[in-house]
Amino acid sequence: MKKLSLFSLLLLVIRRDLVLAMRRRADVLTTLFFFVMVVSLFPLGVGPEMDMLRKMAPGVLWVAALLASMLSLGRLFSADYLDGTLEQMLLAPQSLSVLVLGKMASHWMVSGLPLVLMTPVLGLQFDMSVEAIGVLMLSLLLGTPILSMVGAIGAALTLGLRGGGVLLSLLVLPLCIPVLIFGTGAVQAVTSGLNVSSHLSLMGALLVLALAFTPWVTAQALRISME
Amino acid sequence: MLEVSNLACSRGDHRLFSGLCFALSPGQIMQVQGANGSGKTSLLRTLCGFISPDKGCISWGGTDVRELAEDYFAQMMYLGHLNAIKDELSALENLRISAGLSGMELSEADAIAALRRMGLKGRERLPTKVLSQGQRRRVSLARLLVNDARLWVLDEPLAALDVGAVALIGELIREHLAGGGMVIFTTHQPLVVAGMEMRSLSLS
Amino acid sequence: MAINWFKYSAPTTFYPLAGKLIPWFAISSAILFAVGLYIGFVVAPSDATQGEFYRIIFIHVPSSIISMFLYLIMAGYAALGLIFNTRLSSMMASAIAPTGALFAFISLWTGALWGKPMWGAWWVWDARLTSELILLFLYLGFIALHASIDDPRRADRAAALLAIVGSVNVPIIYFSVKWWNTLHQGSTIKYSGTSMHIAMQQAMFTMLAACWLYAIAIALMRVRSIILEREKNTKWITELAEVK
Repeated sequence: MKKLSLFSLLLLVIRRDLVLAMRRRADVLTTLFFFVMVVSLFPLGVGPEMDMLRKMAPGVLWVAALLASMLSLGRLFSADYLDGTLEQMLLAPQSLSVLVLGKMASHWMVSGLPLVLMTPVLGLQFDMSVEAIGVLMLSLLLGTPILSMVGAIGAALTLGLRGGGVLLSLLVLPLCIPVLIFGTGAVQAVTSGLNVSSHLSLMGALLVLALAFTPWVTAQALRISME
Repeated sequence: MLEVSNLACSRGDHRLFSGLCFALSPGQIMQVQGANGSGKTSLLRTLCGFISPDKGCISWGGTDVRELAEDYFAQMMYLGHLNAIKDELSALENLRISAGLSGMELSEADAIAALRRMGLKGRERLPTKVLSQGQRRRVSLARLLVNDARLWVLDEPLAALDVGAVALIGELIREHLAGGGMVIFTTHQPLVVAGMEMRSLSLS
Repeated sequence: MAINWFKYSAPTTFYPLAGKLIPWFAISSAILFAVGLYIGFVVAPSDATQGEFYRIIFIHVPSSIISMFLYLIMAGYAALGLIFNTRLSSMMASAIAPTGALFAFISLWTGALWGKPMWGAWWVWDARLTSELILLFLYLGFIALHASIDDPRRADRAAALLAIVGSVNVPIIYFSVKWWNTLHQGSTIKYSGTSMHIAMQQAMFTMLAACWLYAIAIALMRVRSIILEREKNTKWITELAEVK
């Protein structure tokens, strides 16, 4: 039997989780529908006046993306925790951080990426310009992975707890505020004709920081929670 | 090769055991006995590194397992109460992924051979959720056939198994011990391993 | 004087030490509160631009500063408990958390009280106030996580990890909120204008010291009750006078 390289291990975990998600398609779709529904609630709540909706759009879509991510994070580790596969991962002879990174990546592909792809449709509902939609998609593309990664820390800390999803949101939402600010700031910059590169490069920097640190921190959180 | 000295462990406020010392050499098998709640599962989980002991030290080949970390994990295998298989995947997929997570690439042919030996012929490609409890346990135990771990830590491996499967597990353990492996386990059903002297550790 | 600090790192020895220290901190804090409030509310002159309302800063500013420092100290103790496995460090972190949250809340409340006469609104999304609000959420998250986990060891360690992650994030959060505020040309609550009158400086420092001593006294009191709670099955607790 050949030994697996770290990269193959990463791909194995991602493939496994994607296959599992495909066989439980309902979970994937509920996150997406939640996103669409929350976004649609805002015009119902504040009135259909186009000027106001256009200004609110980046914030509304971003907050909805945040909430949808929070909801789906509960599922990141819980299924594996309940059937014992998670404890086997903790005994893996290779870095647990790599396995965790694989789970974060597949979580993003299943929960974050669909939101990014849904954005143009929702952006049109809010009468956003094409450039604004483009920048919004880019900011969500950079930001949703960060939400998955930082949220994974919360998911690992709250593994198996009764408070569950709400507690996870309480812990993780404050940490996601910078991503929210830079993400919406980028869109507002483009609609005011200003330069978006500073916002997007800050997002990029946060993404790199998250990639570097969150897998290891999440692995430690998992070991603490599995005691 | 596995040495435990002065081990003490508690659950919440409650001290389960203390001053525990033993050593397990290649070819030896040890059963951990004790009443319900005496800490058998906690001891096994401490040996796996899930739980940090209050006091004492576990060493493998002379080095503390906390230092060895992943090197220790590469040489041991744990089978707990939970089967560690995904309901939505087939037995074949589950076994190959388990092997992959342990760092080994398992070919389809080898996986099928292992599942057949476990008595799952014809059921390798069905999603495990349609299998019975006993069959799922067999899928989980198939891992014993496909890894090269020296130490097997088994927490009630015979749960849900029928007589034929119990005999099979006894056979697998005998082969493992003959090859220089070590086994430490708990069980509520009698486990007989032909020709092997069973050591015993009592926690009550 | 060479004190063997490690002697006091066990709950058994720290408990009586804390008991002896509390009255000193409590009384000196009460005295300084009285002095500080007197200087701040009676002696210091009224401000040219803000009249009498500005006096609330003698409570607002010290409580903001203390809330921020307490978070870092709490995270520090939590980190010590996580790395060195010392129970007492984790207990200190748990003891500090509610006090830190209280100061954050007082800071927000006095900020609102200050904002209303100045800007006509009970809440303005000022960068510092918003960051203070987020700090309150971080405190509440720590307390909630600790309270949600039954096993004390897991609770201590999980909350410690959260506190460490939080403290690393605090500069990022603060920076992003400031950025957000300047982008949107938000209002800034600042004590602007001429340099502070000497009495105002005295009041500020006195109140800061008073809050600090109060925080220490309360943390010591709380850690004693946490020790009683956690160690209730051990022998030395059952032999204490309070428990018998």
